[in-house]
Amino acid sequence: MQLTLQVWRQPGPRAEGKFETYTATDISPDMSFLEMLDVVNEGLIEAGSQPIAFDHDCREGICGSCSMMINGVAHGPVKGTAACQLHMRSFRDGDTIVIEPWRSRAFPVIKDLVVDRSAFDRIIAAGGYITAPTGSAPDGNAILVPKQNADRAMDAAQCIGCGACVAACPNGSASLFTASKISHLALLPQGQPERDSRVQAMVRQMDIEGFGSCTWYGECQEACPKEISIDRIAQMNHDFLVSSMRARPRSAP
Amino acid sequence: MELQSKIPAGPIEQKWDNHRFEMKLVNPANKRKHEIIVVGTGLAGGSAAASMSELGYRVKSFCFQDSPRRAHSIAAQGGINAAKNYQNDGDSVYRLFYDTVKGGDYRSREANVYRLAQISVNIIDQCVAQGVPFARDYGGLLDNRSFGGAQVSRTFYARGQTGQQLLLGAYQAMEKEIARGGITMHPRHEMLDLIVIDGQARGIVTRNMVTGAIESHLADAVVLGTGGYGNVFYLSTNAKGSNCTAIWRAYKRGAAFANPCYTQIHPTCIPVSGHHQSKLTLMSESLRNDGRVWVPRKKGDDRPPNQIPEDERDYYLERKYPSFGNLVPRDVASRNAKEVCDEGRGVGPGGRGVYLDFRDAIQRLGEQVIRERYGNLFEMYQRITDEDPYKVPMRIYPAVHYTMGGLWVDYNLMSTIPGLHVIGEANFSDHGANRLGASALMQGLADGYFVLPYTIGDYIANAKPKPVSDDHPAVREAMSAVAERTSRLLAVNGTRTVDSFHRELGQLMWDYCGMARTAEGLQKALERIPILREEFWRDVNVPGSDVELNQALEKAGRVADFMELAELICLDALHRNESCGGHFREEYQTPEGEALRDDAHFAYVAAWEYGGAGKPPILHKEPLDFEYVHLAQRSYK
Repeated sequence: MQLTLQVWRQPGPRAEGKFETYTATDISPDMSFLEMLDVVNEGLIEAGSQPIAFDHDCREGICGSCSMMINGVAHGPVKGTAACQLHMRSFRDGDTIVIEPWRSRAFPVIKDLVVDRSAFDRIIAAGGYITAPTGSAPDGNAILVPKQNADRAMDAAQCIGCGACVAACPNGSASLFTASKISHLALLPQGQPERDSRVQAMVRQMDIEGFGSCTWYGECQEACPKEISIDRIAQMNHDFLVSSMRARPRSAP
Repeated sequence: MELQSKIPAGPIEQKWDNHRFEMKLVNPANKRKHEIIVVGTGLAGGSAAASMSELGYRVKSFCFQDSPRRAHSIAAQGGINAAKNYQNDGDSVYRLFYDTVKGGDYRSREANVYRLAQISVNIIDQCVAQGVPFARDYGGLLDNRSFGGAQVSRTFYARGQTGQQLLLGAYQAMEKEIARGGITMHPRHEMLDLIVIDGQARGIVTRNMVTGAIESHLADAVVLGTGGYGNVFYLSTNAKGSNCTAIWRAYKRGAAFANPCYTQIHPTCIPVSGHHQSKLTLMSESLRNDGRVWVPRKKGDDRPPNQIPEDERDYYLERKYPSFGNLVPRDVASRNAKEVCDEGRGVGPGGRGVYLDFRDAIQRLGEQVIRERYGNLFEMYQRITDEDPYKVPMRIYPAVHYTMGGLWVDYNLMSTIPGLHVIGEANFSDHGANRLGASALMQGLADGYFVLPYTIGDYIANAKPKPVSDDHPAVREAMSAVAERTSRLLAVNGTRTVDSFHRELGQLMWDYCGMARTAEGLQKALERIPILREEFWRDVNVPGSDVELNQALEKAGRVADFMELAELICLDALHRNESCGGHFREEYQTPEGEALRDDAHFAYVAAWEYGGAGKPPILHKEPLDFEYVHLAQRSYK
């Protein structure tokens, strides 16, 4: 296959960026999208140019590193698939493919397709955990979790933290990411003691980071490589409302 | 260099308990005066950083990824072992210990393995308390599945994403500590050297991967949880970024490297599809619970699998190993796959593949049950190969997956450099010559949650590290060594890309030091590696500068280290004139083609000491005593 690529190139966080056009030749349909970029990069290096910088690591769709808009769609055209698991058989010979980084105020571009997603870590740090210091746990089977709750918690816990939900959202909202963690922990008995304070703190941090609000466009669940449902946001909103009405949780000073 | 394993005295069941009592403690109020560096945020590094911070130490954590949540532990699929005996099928701490020593082909340290088995039960409890959504049965209790090398069901799992869920548990514990101020996190930082002052590990030199700044970080102790070195083969199931640089730099500063030749080739991976291949994808071993492995009886039988009648199929694992069947350990399964393919009975393009067939399981249990158990793995397979495994059997082939070798550590997980501790896959201690499935997660978390937090206190209380400052000559020397190396890489300005060198090195290692090794092949590799390395330093092309995000430069530094490590791996493989576990020397096999150990001469850990630039490494031997699990030819028949 031969393809024309229009790739966002931006040398640094404060530098101006622009689209550059490249031709990708000898592309096999069995290649992954990132392997296609590897081929282009090898060519760029051999021609004395700088390769396209992009985040990637496991290439198995689980580490959540890869983060690119492909023809305006987060992770590209195949539903439930991260860019690293997208294969070139999803494109046709002669196609033009536009590749951009995540675009969101809370995810500043570092270089080319690489963005800074540390805002996600700070949302988790605000309360996306169960306080269970090492050594303090009861026997695993002392805590019973109904199978359907364990399964639903797992559905939400699958989030890979890639940021596609934010990139796809016209508001740049991180609601699906945040709600996935809130929902995962709220479905488990272990998550109950901190349930109110968790939702309050995480939602507050989401606002501090500059993410937009959720207005139910639903683009996030379409873009999510793990197909996490927007229902999670309803649960987050429910928990937020309930916890706001209950005696205000003792928040950190 | 003297290897002191520091195995506590007493009966094996009491060693760890006694040792915990005998170790010195650091007073809670004094812990906050001590800083500890942890490099790597996978299961081992992440759990260690969180646990030590909870104890009160000030922890500085480093990872090369953009977030600690992305360490490659995240990709572990199948599960984690624990001797809970929830299934009432006869499991016990002793049985897990026994299975692990036997599975490792009697090349691991008994005392370490026993401790691992003891701690395994606490790990599950800890992870449940953190909210890891393990699979449950309808009564709400924890579910188990079976894995290779065991005849009990002791593997806990969260669909095919167990590593992800366990890592997120550790990551969330870390984030809790980061918010509290106990951990200072340094993402997108790569460790490029170790700082040793007065014989003690006191810090690291890192490169900030965004700005290029070379920085020094000092502490009272350094912990490496930087994973394995499987990417020396270029194609492996490791993440693209996984590398040996941290442990290799430590080796060159005086930490012994143990059993580098013990690499694990995992039997169930998706076969290579072309020369563009950048990595290989594992299909969890748990699939062997329900999938049956076979090839056609006839050579070159290229009929579609569904048209090959039952009596023309060879379920070779079930035939050769009736009691373990498809659940033989990984090394045995891999070698048998290679053997049938070498006979010309392999399937798929190039004949390098065997079938993993779910037809019978789907008939027995229904498609829905199989979908529940393995749905995400089947999807992943279909996405990569464009074939539907519910309808046609999967094609699989072995691929490099894990490295049992690593930096030598004593019972306290400390290397031969005082203060330098090594945990998880980066050390060598628990898996011998072959790791059993679902034991990597167990070991990483055992080291990080329940071993290191105790032993590090003992080190600090005894060693009483003195304050050091940034202007110490050793710090300046390490920093300038890193800067000099970086500028050398950029200055070569040759014609070949880093990847082209890496591919060539990987092919060489796969051909001569892969699933089957011979003295002749290893000697050939040992001749060719230095030539390739010399060419690399003469002709590599690393574009860009050192004051920006430069992924080509990052790769170049890692491949340069792989080029050196590859030689040590081959040297170790050549010196070990026996076959054991994942190390199969063709000259040493039983008449049935199984690995033939030579316990009289090789029942030891080979720990290599760096001999200095241009000098051969020095071999030290730690003898292995088997008091409890008696040395025997492994049999899974």
